Parts: sequence; structure tokens; C-alpha cells
Amino acid sequence: MIRPGKMLKAVLQSLFKKPNTLNYPAEKSPMPDKFRGKLLFHPGKCIGCKLCMRDCPANAINIVKVGDRNFEAQIDLGKCIYCGQCVDSCLKKALEMTKEFELASLERGKLKVVYHADNKESPAK
Amino acid sequence: MHKVIIPVGPQHPALKEPENFMITLSGEKILKFSARLGYNHRGIEKACEERTYIQDVYLTERICGICSHSHSTCFVQAVEEIAALEVPKRALYIRTLVAELERVHSHLLWLGVAGHEVGFDTLLMYTWRDREVVMDILAMLTGNRVNYGINTIGGVRRDITPEQSKEVAKATNTLEERTKYYIQIATKETTLIKRLSGVGVLSHDDAIRLGAVGPTARASSVDRDVRRDDPYAAYGELKFKVITDNHNDVYGRTLVRMGELMESYSMIRQLLKNMPEGPIAVKAPRKIPAGEAVSRYEAPRGEDVHYVKSNGSEKPERVKVRAPTLANIQTVAKMLEDRQLADLPIVIAAIDPCFSCTDRLTVIKEAGVRKNKVMSWEDLHDYSIGWYRERGIDFAGLNKKLTRMLK
Repeated sequence: MIRPGKMLKAVLQSLFKKPNTLNYPAEKSPMPDKFRGKLLFHPGKCIGCKLCMRDCPANAINIVKVGDRNFEAQIDLGKCIYCGQCVDSCLKKALEMTKEFELASLERGKLKVVYHADNKESPAK
Repeated sequence: MHKVIIPVGPQHPALKEPENFMITLSGEKILKFSARLGYNHRGIEKACEERTYIQDVYLTERICGICSHSHSTCFVQAVEEIAALEVPKRALYIRTLVAELERVHSHLLWLGVAGHEVGFDTLLMYTWRDREVVMDILAMLTGNRVNYGINTIGGVRRDITPEQSKEVAKATNTLEERTKYYIQIATKETTLIKRLSGVGVLSHDDAIRLGAVGPTARASSVDRDVRRDDPYAAYGELKFKVITDNHNDVYGRTLVRMGELMESYSMIRQLLKNMPEGPIAVKAPRKIPAGEAVSRYEAPRGEDVHYVKSNGSEKPERVKVRAPTLANIQTVAKMLEDRQLADLPIVIAAIDPCFSCTDRLTVIKEAGVRKNKVMSWEDLHDYSIGWYRERGIDFAGLNKKLTRMLK
């Protein structure tokens, strides 16, 4: 005989199971190893070839020369699409993807990050 | 009986994306269905022409949120054909693996949406819970849940380690077990069978005449699958069946998608087992030689076609995208002819539509008249009333009626 309610058993079983969701801000699921998060720039390694600027699909990165063999990176986190092409394009491994993903901000200024030549990070003015 | 035209959309609670359907009703019966697309036009084709090939890979990936790998692979294949690049075998295998995992996640998503549209939300919750397993696997392999970014011109960007393939194999077992359970539900649960059988009927001849693709066509026993008919990537070396069904209705489409899930699991196992060693990419030139190519790809929703024309520079001269929904949207009108209004959400959902992928076309009215016009708010208001009046809906009469009633 065909009768409805074929899923009833699974439904009742789930009453005694732990919820499948995470209590997000309190507990966070670990990010995978290859995760593409916020971009990190190592000024010491940069040679200023600007290949990353050329390949960026979103024009999110800007390399500025500030002195002899000294380069700064301005990254617009609002424009960045986190594809990681700049990391692939970089010949000297001066760019790196971190696992940081909570980048939302109430101020636009905070989305523009400058990596200064002395390895310090600050929001752009 | 008196005819009524109901506009559904561009914003409507039953639709997930902005599109407009004009439905002519007689009582509850649908007499005519006409679709109007274009609310989500983003000008991606033109944007592709403005960017370099490597940037376009990421842009085409963003054509669709669900079949992102399909579009980028389709584009990359066309470019590789023009540049005559020989892609390493391992890269092709990894591409195919991600493609099949994407199909699994898309079909599980569809099953949930179909359950939701017929009021079976338990199915939605359970399938989407299980979909998380494949999403996590994709995130582990590629670094992101949706826009994988695994493709590059000449190969793939990330290799697979033996530990990862073990994880994929483990997840495939879990998913296969769950899918078997859903097949059992779909074939035995009376409420689901009764709701889906005989709804949205598309005969074999109509499917061919209207050019249906993907599971929509295969459920009308049209034996057509690009993976078998025109093998790309590693599909030529895989053993799989093309699932068809002769129910011709939404129930048949459910069975086809379930069957394809099982085929995908077997393909994933074959890919993991036979994964060749070697490099994962060849170096692609920045400037692609002049030429043109058409690339076909079996996306979860059907056949996806990309046309790329290059002129020897860093940027393509023309990129044309034909998303599967564009081929399938015509069939909805046929499926809904003389059917009940209540069947509308599930029949539209059954082709697994993705309207933002489809919005490619720009129609320029009054071609040749190069005159810009600034429209004021009143002009726009009048224009919209006129637009609806042409289609048989008169708001002026309605307004009068409303004021009379209020008095």
C-alpha cells in the first residue's frame, strides 16, 4: 500500500540530533587551507613590476613607488573579488592570501588598506 | 469566460530573480504565457571585450552563481582552442572533477527548490543540509564555495593532494547514501508523486521543436548530452550513462536529475582513481593569435555555448554567451498552456532557470535614430501606463473604479 509520510522517520530522528547549524559569531568553522581571504603585501619583496595591477580583474590593487626600491600597495577591499590572480602573477611572492574573511565595515575609508614600505598597514586617507 | 492578464514580476514573492511574465487567464486556466527578460542585464559580453583574457576568466565565472565553473571552463576551452594550447591531462581531470562536484551541488539545490515550490519544505531543509557536504569539499579543493577560480588559460590553478582525494571519496560515499534515500523518497512518497506527475508536460516532439536542452530535454526522452556527443575535458575517458526519462513532466525531470547525481558519483570515483600524474598547467601567451572558436559545455542546467573571436591582441574582439536557460525558457510557455495557475511556480522552477545568466541580449528599438531623450518622472509614468495598455491592462479604468469604490 502507498501512503504519505515516507520522510516521517527521518523527521522524528532529527528531533534527537544536534542542530546542523553553527552558532556563528561565537563558534566559527575553520577556513580551508587554500582559502582566498584578505590580501597581504610584503613590501620588502616587491620589485615594482606591476603585473598584479595589470592582471587584476577588478582594479583593486595599486602599487606606488615611494622611494628607491620601495613600494607601497593600496588595496581596495570593496573592489577586490578575492580571485587570487595577483598572487599567481607575482614573480617574487610579495602577495599572499590570508584566511581573514570578516572584512565588512561601516566606513568606506576602512575598506581601502595601504601597506606601507615599513611593513605597516593603515587605512588609506 | 472573461479574460484576465496577470503580470508576475519583475518583483514577485514567487520568483527569486527579476523577470516578468504576462499570464492571460480564463478563470484558473492559463491561456497564454509570455516571458520578458532583461531586468538583470549586466553587459558582461561588452565588459569581456574591455578586459584581457586572464581577467575574463574571472568575469565569465561570475555570469552565474551556481554554474560558475561551467561558464569559465566554456570560455577557457574556446580560448585554448584558438591559441592551440595542449592542456595537460591532469588539469583536464581536475576540471572535470570540479565540474561534476558542481553538478552535484546544483542538482541537490534544485531538488530543495522544487520541494519548496510544492510546499514540501522538509525536503528543502534536508537536501540543503546535505549540499553543505559538497560545498565544503569544493571549498577545500579550490578555496571558495561558489566562485572556485580553479580555471586558468592553459590548465588549472590548484593541484589535488592525495589527502584531498581521500576526503572527496569519503564525501562522495556520504552523498551517494543520502541521494539513494532521496530517490526512495521521490519514487515512493505519494504527495510528491501526485503533485509532480502530469504537471508541465512537454512532449518529445515539442522538446525538439523548441530546442530544449539539459535535464528538461532528457526528461522528454531526448537523448542529448554534450558530455557524450562532443566530449570535452576528460569525459571522453569516462564511462557513464546519459539518463533519460519518458514521463515528460516535472516528475520525470526530478528522476533525471536524481539519476544524474548517481552518475556523477560514479564519474567522481573514476576520476579520482585514474587521475594521471604530471603538470597542471601550460604557460599561456598574453596575446592570443587571431581566430575564432565555439565551445560547448554541459552545464547542470543544459548546454552552455561560448563563442570567442580574437584579433591577435590581449583582449578578445567578441565574446558571446548562450546560457542554457535561454534555450529552455520557450518550453515553459508550452508546458503551461491550458494548465492551472497554481502550477506556475513549480513549472518555472522545473527548468532550473537562471535569469541573470540569460540576460545577454540588448534590443535597440528605433535603430538608426541617434537621439538621446531625457524622460521626466511624469513621462516615465505615462510611458509605463502606455506599455501596460498595449498589453491589455488598463490602469486608468482601474484607478477610476478604485476612486469610485472609495467614495
